[in-house]
Amino acid sequence: MVNLKELSKRPELLSGGHRLCSGCGAGIIARQVMMAAADRPVVVANATGCLEVSTTIYPFSAWKAPWFHSAFENAAASCSGIEAAYKALKRTGKVNKDIRFITFGGDGGTYDIGFQSLSGAMERRHRMLYVCYNNEAYMNTGIQRSSATPLGAYASTSPVGKVKKGKEQIKKDLTKVMVAHNIPYVAQSAVGYWNDLITKTQKALDIDGPTFINVLQPCRLGWGYNPADTAVIGRMAVETCFWPIYEVVDGKYKINVKPKEKKPIEEYLKPQSRFKHLLRPENAGIVAEIQKNIDENWAWLLMMEECTNR
Amino acid sequence: MSEKKNLKAKTGNEAMAEAMRQINPDVVAAYPITPATEIVQIFSQFVADGVVNTEFVAVESEHSALSACIGASAAGARAMTGTSSQGLALMYEMMYIAAGLRLPIVIAEVNRALSAPINIHGDQSDTMGARDSGFLQIYCENSQEAYDSMIQAVRICEHPDVLLPATVSTDGFIISHCMEAIELLPDEKVKEFVGTYKPKNWLLDVDHPFTLGAIDLQDYYFEHKRQEIEAMRKATKVIKEIGKEFGQKFGRSYDMIETYKLEDAEAAIVVLGSTAGTAKVVIEEMRKQGKKVGMLKLRVFRPFPFDDIREALKDVKIVGVMDRHDGYNGYVAPVCSEVRSCLYELDKKPKIASYVYGLGGRDITLEMITEIYEELLSGKTDNNAKYIGVRE
Repeated sequence: MVNLKELSKRPELLSGGHRLCSGCGAGIIARQVMMAAADRPVVVANATGCLEVSTTIYPFSAWKAPWFHSAFENAAASCSGIEAAYKALKRTGKVNKDIRFITFGGDGGTYDIGFQSLSGAMERRHRMLYVCYNNEAYMNTGIQRSSATPLGAYASTSPVGKVKKGKEQIKKDLTKVMVAHNIPYVAQSAVGYWNDLITKTQKALDIDGPTFINVLQPCRLGWGYNPADTAVIGRMAVETCFWPIYEVVDGKYKINVKPKEKKPIEEYLKPQSRFKHLLRPENAGIVAEIQKNIDENWAWLLMMEECTNR
Repeated sequence: MSEKKNLKAKTGNEAMAEAMRQINPDVVAAYPITPATEIVQIFSQFVADGVVNTEFVAVESEHSALSACIGASAAGARAMTGTSSQGLALMYEMMYIAAGLRLPIVIAEVNRALSAPINIHGDQSDTMGARDSGFLQIYCENSQEAYDSMIQAVRICEHPDVLLPATVSTDGFIISHCMEAIELLPDEKVKEFVGTYKPKNWLLDVDHPFTLGAIDLQDYYFEHKRQEIEAMRKATKVIKEIGKEFGQKFGRSYDMIETYKLEDAEAAIVVLGSTAGTAKVVIEEMRKQGKKVGMLKLRVFRPFPFDDIREALKDVKIVGVMDRHDGYNGYVAPVCSEVRSCLYELDKKPKIASYVYGLGGRDITLEMITEIYEELLSGKTDNNAKYIGVRE
């Protein structure tokens, strides 16, 4: 847990004035992660995406930490190289500080095109915190579906039409895939839980190895809601168990937020225009399937928490 | 050099790995691919034996190999990799980025045919595909040149007037796996020659944070690209200076091109890589018969040595350009196109013919080169590219 008073004294490594949308969750995530990292030297690598294009429009930059971008699918590989350079230059005495490395990628750059380079980097066990700001579609290019897009959601390449009713497949569970890399720290967090994200970032940065945090990031443009509600939507995802927030430390599961009463998924779907077609009576079957998947996943997580902590 | 020469039998791959050992880069990130695998395999043994200080990153693809080198170079490290063919093709996207970010990465490259059909043998289609990437391209005739050029490439790329990456290439199997006696320089001489990498801005200099890889729109992109173009132009002078300095120090001088019996030649060929060695034998034979033939070896294809080529070929009557690649323009092959474009400015233009040979490692024999010379001397050449040694 972190102290808000303490935090407010820390320097902001992601300054304001960038060009992210009003109410953008990616900016909230990056700001909080950088706030958590501000007590030590860090170098940041970024995949191509909303966060990159909106914070570094040449000759301006919102970043007060060393920041690097080269392409879309290779943020983890680029950061591997930066970290390898760190090891080499530390050995030869050109660098003497204890530096940590953070990589940011959206879900497209992480779940899809950057999946291979992420997997490789995690397997090689670089000292690297990878943060996925997961808005569940390719928002930077105009809301195309990714493998993180949930079942039934509208996206511009999984549109709703006379025959199709949004995305027809369930999303990939990348967090599970990261756990399968047997890395020391894997977590899910969500916008709306600043203390959770900052605490997790600090935990991850304290580890000298690969760590991964998958943060659900409501996107006012792609999800279609009032920009003031970003944090509310993020919390609703957690309260309906649509996006449980949990961590896996050395293989042990811990669910960080257990809603007293699991809210029905309709409450999460209703305020978002990407799901509005699902609320029509003829699509009740899809909503039921979403609810069933949530219930099964939640039961699975509870079981994992129980059996890994025995 | 006064001291005794240290001659060792080395394949092209071993020679390149040996150069890398002596350069002792900070980071090598690589992925296996025939016929270049050996270079990084041998190098990883150097790492395992602790004879280099390098951080070796065994990445999961060539795309990540170059991405990691780019990250490492931006971070302040001297970074290198090795690859070939499909591996280089997978790097293409990142090659433009390495050059655009002005990162002096050296790739030990082995020329191999591109798929499809899949083939593992030597032709130059892989590096020709990276022609417009902003990489300097050096083609080596033999293992000695490969060794020497790797050492020079580090200096050339890191020169403040250049700051561009380079490929140093040998022909797959023909050079990469062929054992030759080469002279190795003492470790300390190489160390002294290459010096240390001193970038102006580097990511690990955390007290001076900077942003690298920002989005660059209509208002700045063109200026940045213009600077990159200018750096490539300036590279010619730097390559010449460093080639000369290498010669003064170690007895083997290098330039953009090498000419062989061109002074009084009536017919000349232009070649890249190992074929130059074969052509020299043909020239000797034909000269004995009183035939005035010569050769221009293009050591550096990027930047393209326009002035040197123009000067060297201005008095030749006819030139045959031998490409080990076809650019599919339906006319002539790429090196021929550029040679023709460069000679167009001469008042007295030589006649030019295009020959494509050796695709997929097909042998180029003494007889084939002799036939090309005979055709050139007869003046009866085609306007379109002619394909040598293929069943039509």
